[in-house]
Amino acid sequence: MRYEAPETAEGAAALLAATADARILAGGTDLLVQMRSDVVDPALIVDIKGITETRRVTEEKGGWRVGAAVTGAELKEHPQLKKVWPGVIEAANLIGSTQVQGRATLGGNLCNGSPAADSVPALIAGGAVATLAGPQGLRDLPVEDVMLGPRKLALRKGEIVVSFWLPPRPPRSSDAYLRFIPRTEMDIAVVGVGVSLAIDETGMITAARVGLGAVAPRVLLVREAAAAIVGTRLDRAAQDQLEAAVRAVCAPIDDKRGTVEFRIQVAGVLARRAALIALDRARTN
Amino acid sequence: MAEHGANGGNGHFVGTRTIRPDGVDKVTGRARFGADFNLPGQLIGRVLRSPHPHARIVKIDTATAEALPGVKAVITRDDFADQPSEFVPAGEMMMNYKDVVRNVMAREKALYEGHAVAAVAATSAAIAKRALKLIDVTYEVLPHVIDVVEAMRPDAPVLHDDLFTAGVEPKPDQPSNVAKRVEIALGDIDAGFAKADVIVEHEFKTAPVHQGYIEPHAALASASEDGSAELWCCTQGHFIVRAHCARLLGLDIAKIRVTASEIGGGFGGKTVVYLEPLALALSRKAKRPVKMVMSREEVFKASGPTSGATVRVKMGATKDGKFVAGFAELKYQAGAFQGSPVQPGVMCAYAPYDIENVKVIGYDVVSNRPKVAAYRAPGAPISEFAVESAVDEIAKKLGIDPIQLRMMNAAREGTKAAYGPKFGPLGLEETLNSIKKTEHWNTPLRKWQGRGVASGFWFNIGGETCVSLTINEDGTVSLMAGTPDIGGLRAALTNVAADELGIPYEKVRAIIGDTGSLGFNFLTGGSRSAFSGSMAIVEAAKQIKAELCARAGKLWEAKADQVEFKDGAVRPLGALAEKVKPMTIADFAKVAGKTGGPIVGYGRLNAQGAGPSLGTHLVDLEVDPETGRVTILRYTVAQDAGRALHPAYVEGQFQGGAVQGIGWALNEEYVYGEDGRLQNAGFLDYRMPVASDVPMIDAIVVEVANPRHPLGVRGVGETPIVPPLGAIANAMENATGIRFTELPMSPPKVLKALKERDAESGAGR
Amino acid sequence: MAKHHIEATVNGDAVEFLCETEETLLDVLRDTLHLTGSKEGCASGDCGACSVTLDGRLVCSCLVLGCEVGGRRIETIEGMAKGEDLHPLQRKFLEHAALQCGICTPGFLVASKALLEHNANPSDTEIRYWLAGNLCRCTGYDKIVTAVKDAAETLRKG
Repeated sequence: MRYEAPETAEGAAALLAATADARILAGGTDLLVQMRSDVVDPALIVDIKGITETRRVTEEKGGWRVGAAVTGAELKEHPQLKKVWPGVIEAANLIGSTQVQGRATLGGNLCNGSPAADSVPALIAGGAVATLAGPQGLRDLPVEDVMLGPRKLALRKGEIVVSFWLPPRPPRSSDAYLRFIPRTEMDIAVVGVGVSLAIDETGMITAARVGLGAVAPRVLLVREAAAAIVGTRLDRAAQDQLEAAVRAVCAPIDDKRGTVEFRIQVAGVLARRAALIALDRARTN
Repeated sequence: MAEHGANGGNGHFVGTRTIRPDGVDKVTGRARFGADFNLPGQLIGRVLRSPHPHARIVKIDTATAEALPGVKAVITRDDFADQPSEFVPAGEMMMNYKDVVRNVMAREKALYEGHAVAAVAATSAAIAKRALKLIDVTYEVLPHVIDVVEAMRPDAPVLHDDLFTAGVEPKPDQPSNVAKRVEIALGDIDAGFAKADVIVEHEFKTAPVHQGYIEPHAALASASEDGSAELWCCTQGHFIVRAHCARLLGLDIAKIRVTASEIGGGFGGKTVVYLEPLALALSRKAKRPVKMVMSREEVFKASGPTSGATVRVKMGATKDGKFVAGFAELKYQAGAFQGSPVQPGVMCAYAPYDIENVKVIGYDVVSNRPKVAAYRAPGAPISEFAVESAVDEIAKKLGIDPIQLRMMNAAREGTKAAYGPKFGPLGLEETLNSIKKTEHWNTPLRKWQGRGVASGFWFNIGGETCVSLTINEDGTVSLMAGTPDIGGLRAALTNVAADELGIPYEKVRAIIGDTGSLGFNFLTGGSRSAFSGSMAIVEAAKQIKAELCARAGKLWEAKADQVEFKDGAVRPLGALAEKVKPMTIADFAKVAGKTGGPIVGYGRLNAQGAGPSLGTHLVDLEVDPETGRVTILRYTVAQDAGRALHPAYVEGQFQGGAVQGIGWALNEEYVYGEDGRLQNAGFLDYRMPVASDVPMIDAIVVEVANPRHPLGVRGVGETPIVPPLGAIANAMENATGIRFTELPMSPPKVLKALKERDAESGAGR
Repeated sequence: MAKHHIEATVNGDAVEFLCETEETLLDVLRDTLHLTGSKEGCASGDCGACSVTLDGRLVCSCLVLGCEVGGRRIETIEGMAKGEDLHPLQRKFLEHAALQCGICTPGFLVASKALLEHNANPSDTEIRYWLAGNLCRCTGYDKIVTAVKDAAETLRKG
């Protein structure tokens, strides 16, 4: 098994394009576990942490460009990100444990291709856009279009996710992420919901996005759920509509982490609770 | 009458929170656990395991694996002689060596996914891994059965064609998966129910749960050409390991020397052998040391969890609250070979209570899962969960406070237990009273919060024990015990030795001796090591004190009644005191050679008189009605320790057992697919409590002295896991109005039950 | 395939070692550098028994490859005491009997030290959530939390 640590995205792309069974190493919190349990046996590991763009957090066009290999712990320590994107930051810091957050990255969380990934619903709700670098150069893809199914990504051969762009935050807007797990920590999300919304001076919701994880083969952008609450003040009726809209798109599986009916039921509950938190944060923002 | 601290035990250190002698090495990483030993030239051993839950092993072809460069030995069933059927005690269960040899290495059949089929020793882990892939096993896959009720059906796939149910008349002529039927009875159960004003009946179901020790099994074996061998392993009983390995490898016991490493948790799961015979067999064949360590996945798939079970309970009481009838039928899974803890489960079910009419039946049932191993009070948490739930229902039906009801029916001194003996003094009432007095019990609750109480019983055992106390030349004392220290034993025994000899704690140094250094010691289990060990230390100290008095008698030309040992010295009495000065242990040490040679005392006994430890737990929890998630808010344990040799480690047992019980009640379970394979063989999906899942666990140490122990000690390690299941189920009933009869009470189950109840009652949402 | 030649700093000492690509930092610490204080409980990042710090960051060493740590600074349990002086956390764990079997203790100590360097006055809840990645099966966590709080106070008092 070879290990390479290219210093440029082009270098990484070339290595990946040239090798049949190559895996990208960012935080390693998924890859190393899969290697140890013989789920994967790569011929080449490409460590992207040496590529500068993957490790930076910079302001860009009023929004934030976050490197794909910045760790959850580093994101949490960033002085401004938490205030602007509390939902994205809390989602990234629910992955695993303190130790895991010391290594896990947004890029790895997305590209591992699990619909239960914690950070993805929050990124989708935030309208994040992934910048990919490949043999044909750079291209952008909304995060909701990156994961196509379990372990299936829209990346072409040789492409890596280099960074994410979070759009500018208007005043009176915020986000929140909630997940359901049976314990208080350490579990894979049984359901994960990210909600990002904006309100006007009267407190009415003017824009919203809802990301839903672990209840379908991919993480969903639920437009119907957002539509249910835009133009409302998230009163009881709007909450009920939000829950129903979320439940309607769920297509979960029965597995050792949750049953179908449980996931559908709880998805609605979490969507309502996450929306209320986001609303509360938006008011005080 | 108890000999309280016979001959000089002044209670200076017993009962205090001394620093454990093995502590510094454990907080610095220096302590050597099972996988921390290495020998020069060692090989790495790995095991090939069956992917099938039930299959005939037609052929094993190891030629290609043996030819791989770096592979030094390959073993299969052909490397182990078959064993006749013979039952021997192992922990609190009986083991059959015919089964032991087959569990260690499959013979005719693979009986569970993970069953060892072959093993290799190679110069590196990578080569060993590759070698396993080169072993060609031909399986004839057979239908499998996992669930205990399914396994009992007449058309179930049969695991052993020579297993005929014992304990039934007439003896069956067909083999089945029911290994035995056991029964205990007291009084007349039908007459009891006829008297009852209220009867409660339920069927309960529990899933298999694993002991969950953080340290995987590990062993390092080094065999010599003369047939002798050395073995380092993490085990709860190195003398038992020696016995098993000697039998399985056909060696004289004297030729195997086993050293117990520090052990990273066991809870009963390390009272049996898995890797040890394999490592020895490989080492013998390869003529080099062989080190073997299980992966976490192997621990879950190939080491024994405890039984899953189905339990039917029927209990009757008169309207004043007196229990008049207690019936239970227990069906316990044994895993692939017989030997579930159904017998202790049967014995403990109603043991906390004084009931005239009791009948408990138990079935030991095999199924295609790993052979179960002991897990902390084996069998008792399951049966007592069912009974404590029924007790709570009776309390509700009669409108009697649940603590009051238990108090009214509590077993006490003189009560005849349904399983046979008449009890000596017991501490159940004291624990109930302690709970009643707590601020916890008297704190109001809010909606969706519930409070539950339950009591628990475990008999504890004594058993064969051998310790030594040696006076060194400088007057310091070496204490050697023979039961591995799983959580503070050395500190507790040091306390006792220091008190018995009247010397400072720091002057005694405790170690755990290897099998060559002491007579036979039964394993650390049955909550016996502090009980038996301290009893043996008292004996050993007595011998030393007697020896020193005899030497003083010679030196001073005095008679026996003119000298006594007190406070660390032999003291002249009466007129003699004017002629000679007292001699301390250190003084004798200086002249040991001249006065008769080395000064050593042994405690050798089969400790009897173990007293049961009773406990009562109180738990507050909150249910999120929209998700079924349960949060434990508050937890108090009150348990009888007889005499707490080291209070902090006694409290630690209470707290650790309570949290294991919380995991068992709420989230832990083995999840099998239709294919008979384990789906959650890791810490991610086998959900044990993490630090943020539980609150502080308040521990109240009650002391009702055990009159049959010189210091009043009762074992405490196992009882703490018995009450939590019932206490939490009772709290759930109080929080939701629903009686949960199936464990774990995981969120999907709780939410489903809440929704069904709402639908039935026509409530909205 | 030739092994990687890595130079790093472990507990203040310069070390160099060879490792295969698939060897984790935990494998290297235990089998090559003979620092067996960090333990393997699961090899999947779920138990924390292998906790170390990497350039001051708390991580599971089973989730880091040996070949990733060239030029980096690693601190393990073996580096926690200074000569004969135990770290206050180590002393408090002993005083409060915050260990029973002791297998999880190195991981808890490394993780707790990282906590206190991050937050000198953590609440019970903050302690429990920070340490959620460290499994203990023996103690029920009660005395661990007490020991960490006591050590925090000792360190604050200087």
